[in-house]
Amino acid sequence: MSFAANFPLFCIVLALLCAVVSGVLRWRAAAILTEVMAAAVAVMSAFVLALALRTGQSTSYPMGHFPHPWGNELRFGILEPLVSGVFSLVLLCCVVGGRKALNRDTEPEKRNLYFSMVDLIQASLLALVYTNDLFTGYVFIEICTIAACGILMIRQLGRTTLASVRYMIFSLLGSGLFILGIVYLYSITGHLLMPELKQSVGELWQSGQYRTPLRTAIALITLGLCIKSGLFPFHFWMPDTYGYSTPCSAGILSGLVSKGYIFLLIKIIFDVFGTEVFYASGMQTVLYVFGVAGMVFGSISAMRENDIFRMIAYSSAAQIGYIYMGIGLSPRLGIVAALFHTLTHALTKPALFLSASRLSEVSGGSKRFKDLQGSAHKNHAAGAAFAVGSLSMIGLPLTMGFIAKYLFALAAFREERFLIPTLLALAISTVLNTFYFARTLIRVYNTRDLGAVKPVGLGSQKRFAAAGALLAGLNIFFGVIAQPLIDLLTRGVALLAG
Amino acid sequence: MKKQTIFDRLRRWDESEFDLTDALPLEEPVRRIEPDLDRDALPPIPRLEHGGVRTFRRLYPWMAGLLALVLVGFLLLAVLELPAFGSADAPAHNEVMARYVGQGTEETGAVNTVAGVILDYRAFDTLGESHVLFTAAAAVLILLLTATHVQEEPRRIRDIMERDPILRNTAKVLTPVILLFGFYVILNGHLGPGGGFAGGAIVGSGLILCAIAFGFERLERLLNYKSYCRILVCCLGFYSLAKCYSFYCGANGLETIFSAGTPGRILSAGLILPLNVAVGLVVGCTMYGFYAVFQRGRI
Repeated sequence: MSFAANFPLFCIVLALLCAVVSGVLRWRAAAILTEVMAAAVAVMSAFVLALALRTGQSTSYPMGHFPHPWGNELRFGILEPLVSGVFSLVLLCCVVGGRKALNRDTEPEKRNLYFSMVDLIQASLLALVYTNDLFTGYVFIEICTIAACGILMIRQLGRTTLASVRYMIFSLLGSGLFILGIVYLYSITGHLLMPELKQSVGELWQSGQYRTPLRTAIALITLGLCIKSGLFPFHFWMPDTYGYSTPCSAGILSGLVSKGYIFLLIKIIFDVFGTEVFYASGMQTVLYVFGVAGMVFGSISAMRENDIFRMIAYSSAAQIGYIYMGIGLSPRLGIVAALFHTLTHALTKPALFLSASRLSEVSGGSKRFKDLQGSAHKNHAAGAAFAVGSLSMIGLPLTMGFIAKYLFALAAFREERFLIPTLLALAISTVLNTFYFARTLIRVYNTRDLGAVKPVGLGSQKRFAAAGALLAGLNIFFGVIAQPLIDLLTRGVALLAG
Repeated sequence: MKKQTIFDRLRRWDESEFDLTDALPLEEPVRRIEPDLDRDALPPIPRLEHGGVRTFRRLYPWMAGLLALVLVGFLLLAVLELPAFGSADAPAHNEVMARYVGQGTEETGAVNTVAGVILDYRAFDTLGESHVLFTAAAAVLILLLTATHVQEEPRRIRDIMERDPILRNTAKVLTPVILLFGFYVILNGHLGPGGGFAGGAIVGSGLILCAIAFGFERLERLLNYKSYCRILVCCLGFYSLAKCYSFYCGANGLETIFSAGTPGRILSAGLILPLNVAVGLVVGCTMYGFYAVFQRGRI
C-alpha cells in the first residue's frame, strides 16, 4: 500500500487533535493551528487524489486489524479526496477572510473554542466524505451538528441564540430520522459496512422480503439528510442561521456543512442502496419535485428580503434545490451535475458572505440595501468578490455557475420525462436569481449621491483580499477550464458506482 | 427598565414574530440570565396579530400533531414487518456477530465482548463518540461561560445546603464509595460489564454530589477550569494518537506493540484498559463540568 493511502486517516486525526489542543491554547495560536491544519489537509488530499488517479480504482482502508464487515473502514476513489481538498481550501478561506468580523463578533476569552469547533467541523466533514461505514457517518454527523451550533451561537446576540435553537431543532430532527433509518436497515440486513449493506439491500429488493422496512429506511435516511442540508420545505432555519451568525460561520455552514451531508447522501445512494434500488423506490421523484420547488420558492423568498445577508441565505435554499434536482434527475449525469454544483456553491457562498460583510462594514454596519448604495466603491476588493459570486450564482458564462446549469440541462435531455419541467425550472430560477442578484449589484455599484469617497485599500485587508481572490479565482478558473473537473467528477462517480 | 433575560426576549419574539421583528432589541448582546426576574415589571407585549396569523397559530399544533401521528403510524407499520426480537433467524445473527462473540476474547483480549467491539473492532466510531462529548462540553462553555463577571451561586440555596446535616453526612459517607465504585467500573471495563462511559458517569455523579454538599470552593482545589482542560487534552490526545497508531498498524499489516495478553488478567486486552481510563476521566470531568457551568457559569 502506498504511503499516501494513510493520509485520509492522518487528516481526520490531525483535525481532531488540533480541535482538542485548541481548547487550551490562546486564540491566536488556535487560529494559526486551524489555518495550518486546513492547508495541510488540502495538500494531503492532493496526494490522495494523485494516488487514486494513478491506480484508477477505489481503495478500502481498514481502521484497525479487522477487515469489513467486522471493523470500521475508510474508502476513497477520486471523488473523496477531490471534495475534501476543495472543502478544506474553502474552510481556510473562511477562517482567513472572516477573521476581522470574528474579532468584532466574539469575546476573546472564548475565541479559542471557536477554532476548536471549526477543527471539529473539518474532522467530521472529512469523516463523512471518507467513511465506508454507515454508523461512522452518524457519529460524525453528531459532531458536525453540535459544532455547527457552537460556531453559530458564539456571536451572542438574541437573534443568533434564537437561530441556533431553531437550527438545532431542525438538525436534530434530521439526525434522529437518519439514525432511525440505520436501525431499520441494520435489523433487516445485520450490517453497517457499506459493501455488505449494498449487497444485502440488493438481495432483499430482488426477493421482495422486508419491503416495507426497506422503503422506510431509504425514506428516513434520505429525509434526514435532506432536512439537515436544508431542502425545501425544510429551509426555514436558513435565513436566521446564515443571516445573523458571524460571516466566517455563515460561510462554513452554508458552503461546507450542508454540502457534507449532501455528499454523504450521494455516497449512500451509490454504496448502500445502490442506484437501481434507490431510483426504483420512488425517492428519486420526491427529491426531484422538492428540489424544483426549492429552486423557485427559495428565490422568491430571496427577492422579498431587504437584508443582504438574509437574501444570500435564501438564495442558498434555491441552490440546494438545484443540487437535489440533479440527484433526482438521473444516476450518472444528474449526479455529476449535482456534484459540480455542490463545488460551485461551496466556492461561491462563502465569498458572497465574506464580501457582503465587508460591504456592510463600509456602509456603517447596516445590512439594508438602501444603506449599501455605492458601497462597492468604498471597498473595491469586496465589490469585486461579490460581483464574481453573484454572477456565478446567476449562471453567467466564464463562471462555474454557468457550467453547472449547462450540466443540469444536459442531464435533463437524457431523461425524457423530466426534460420540460427541468428546463422550465432552470429558466424561471435563473430569471429570479438574476433579478435579485443584479438588483444588489446595481445597488452596490450605484454612484448616485455618493460624493467623494476614500476606498479601503488592499493593504489594510490583506487577509480578506487573499481569501476572496482565491475563492473568486477558483470560481473563474473552473468556469473557463471546466472540462478537466467534469472529467474527474465523471470518473469519480463511475468509481463510486463500482 | 429592568434588564431582560434571553427567555423574555424569546417569548416576546415568538409572540410577535410576524410584525415586530425589526422593532425588538434583538441585536443587542445577551449577557447573562438573571434568576430572580420580576415578570410583571416587563412592559406589556403588543398584540398585532391579525386574523390569518391567529388561525394559523391555532391550527399549527393540531396539524403538527396529526403529521406526527401519521409518521408514527408508518414507522409502526414498518416495525410489524421486522424480524421478531431475539428470533434465531434474524438477519443480525450473521458472520459479524459470530466472530464478535466467538473470537472476540481471543482477538481483542477483552472478556467483555462489548468493550472488545467498541474499543477494538469498531474503535473509530468510539473515537468519534468520545469527541462528541468534547464538542458538547465546548458548546456548553461557549453558551454559558461568563468570564467577565463571575456569577456566584444564589446565596439562599447555598445556605440551605450548608445547614443541612443530612445532606452533608450522607455525602461524607457516600462520596468515597461512589468514586471507588466508579473507578472500579472503569478499570474493570474489559473484564466485566462497565467501561469508560459508564464508570465516568458514576465518577461524575460522585463529584457532583460532593459539590452540592460541600460547595464548589473545596472541589476547585482538585478540579478547576485549567486542570479540566488539561485532563481533556491529555486524555483525548492520548486516545487519538494511540488509536491512530493502531489503525495505521492494522491497515499496513504491522504488529502493534500492545498485545492482547492473557484474557481475564487486569493488565490485558492491549489498548482497551488505557482507553477506558481516558474515556472515564473525560466523561467524569465533563459531567461535573456541565453541572458546574449550568450552576454558576464556570468550572
